[in-house]
Amino acid sequence: MFRSIGLRNLFLVPFCVWAGIFIFVPVVFIIYYGLTDTAGNFTWDNISMILRREYYSSLRLSVLLALVTTIVCLLLAYPLCLILVERAKSSGAIIILLFVLPLWMNTLLSTMAWQTIFEHDGILNQVLRIFSLPDLTLINTPTAVVIGMIYNYLPYMVLPLYVTLSKIDKSIFEAAKDLGASAWQTFWKVTLPLSLPGAISGITMVFIPALTTFAISALLGGSKLLLIGNVIEQEFTVEYDWHLGSALSSVLMIFIIVYMVLTFAFEQSHQEED
Amino acid sequence: MIARLKTIYLAIIFLFLYAPIGVLIAQSFNASRYRGYWTGFTFQWYESLFTKDRILDALYNTVSIGIISAAIATLLALITCLALREVGKKSRAMFMSVANVPVLNADIVTGISLMLLFLGMGMRLGYGSILLAHVVFNVPYVMLCIMPQLLELDKSYYEAALDLGASPFRAFIRVVLPEIRSSIFAGFLLAFTMSADDFIITYFTRGAGVDTLPTEIYSELKLGIHPEMYALSTLVFLTIAIFVILFAMNRKAQFKAEDLI
Repeated sequence: MFRSIGLRNLFLVPFCVWAGIFIFVPVVFIIYYGLTDTAGNFTWDNISMILRREYYSSLRLSVLLALVTTIVCLLLAYPLCLILVERAKSSGAIIILLFVLPLWMNTLLSTMAWQTIFEHDGILNQVLRIFSLPDLTLINTPTAVVIGMIYNYLPYMVLPLYVTLSKIDKSIFEAAKDLGASAWQTFWKVTLPLSLPGAISGITMVFIPALTTFAISALLGGSKLLLIGNVIEQEFTVEYDWHLGSALSSVLMIFIIVYMVLTFAFEQSHQEED
Repeated sequence: MIARLKTIYLAIIFLFLYAPIGVLIAQSFNASRYRGYWTGFTFQWYESLFTKDRILDALYNTVSIGIISAAIATLLALITCLALREVGKKSRAMFMSVANVPVLNADIVTGISLMLLFLGMGMRLGYGSILLAHVVFNVPYVMLCIMPQLLELDKSYYEAALDLGASPFRAFIRVVLPEIRSSIFAGFLLAFTMSADDFIITYFTRGAGVDTLPTEIYSELKLGIHPEMYALSTLVFLTIAIFVILFAMNRKAQFKAEDLI
């Protein structure tokens, strides 16, 4: 579409300048801050702080809760998407839209609504009392944080999974049936492998924000339940230790890079099989 | 039997997704300022919404930053994607993954690193820094929307237009642009949505006195949300819901019409 390579490259210049300033340099900044002390001298001290019990246990809790959230989202979304694909034939796109519409309610407000539901004298307990059932203590527990994260991130799992499932050619299922596969075998050998790309992007879109959130845990976890996101946020806004905050962010970045490399390698090996 | 189980499953998830939204909408009509206690039905928060300057300012910032950042991101993404169409598959994949870094990175890391950059450049944090930060994370979303459609585009129409004497610019406007219009529009809308809902990156790149709706909500959380905020969110949510449902019904009607033909 371009008369010369030179003209084409000229079109790439704005992005390269942009990426240099706003993508590359910020990453350098955060690593630089993480590896220096307040006087600007090189140090490993900030990074090694992650091994201190308080930080390490926050990181471990974050990974654990993010894993639980991702697995529950996957388990909830899979049957949901299978049913939605089936129902979309008769009711159209509107049914899937109903299930992603909650995305447009502000995250903080809907999380606060969960707070209203879970509180000691909240809506849930008020309902339970009507039926003379014992109160549930959910607010400020890891369970409440996980429910809040599932609520906010479930649509991100549903969307990619729905798209891949709806693109599978229906005749493949009929072929599997004709060849004598049971419903379970068809699911296990046909549906599941074909929907894997959608599941992987869904897992990514749930796991990373769940690993690093601080707003949901601040609202539903109380002040005692600190995720790594809360710790970093406090280093910047309360403790004003930017070097430690940057170091912990760098550790988080390493986690995400490892995760990305793993999924990339997995996708590559999967493609080669095909 | 199985069909009924499926419907029940859909209903349970539906209830789970809409329970908090129901609570928020109910709260916007609740005479009590306090959450979780119903003291009577009122429209007063909808009336006083238009006198709350802080909320209206935040709304203005959210909408203007959303539109401007989405427009800049769309322009930058379009220029880049046009060039990327003509490079090899490997370089294209490399450019796309570089663009994706701010999205793949955790929001908190992107937000903090941009804050360090802006302060390092001697910039004052405020409206401008929020705007720049939003463009940073909007560009990859728009690129992801435009790139696939641009790759499918048949180059020969564009070349035919050139052969017939159109200038490259005119050929682009008249031939290429109409073909990729829908993906540009989708990219813009996605970018606007992402911008309007972003909290974490805005939180770190904003300056004192400048708030978008999400950061305004966060600062109100500690002292108790102004009930007007529930009213505003209800209005926004219902508007979007009506648009989405009308759009879906329109699409369905179109499909039906195509079937008939």
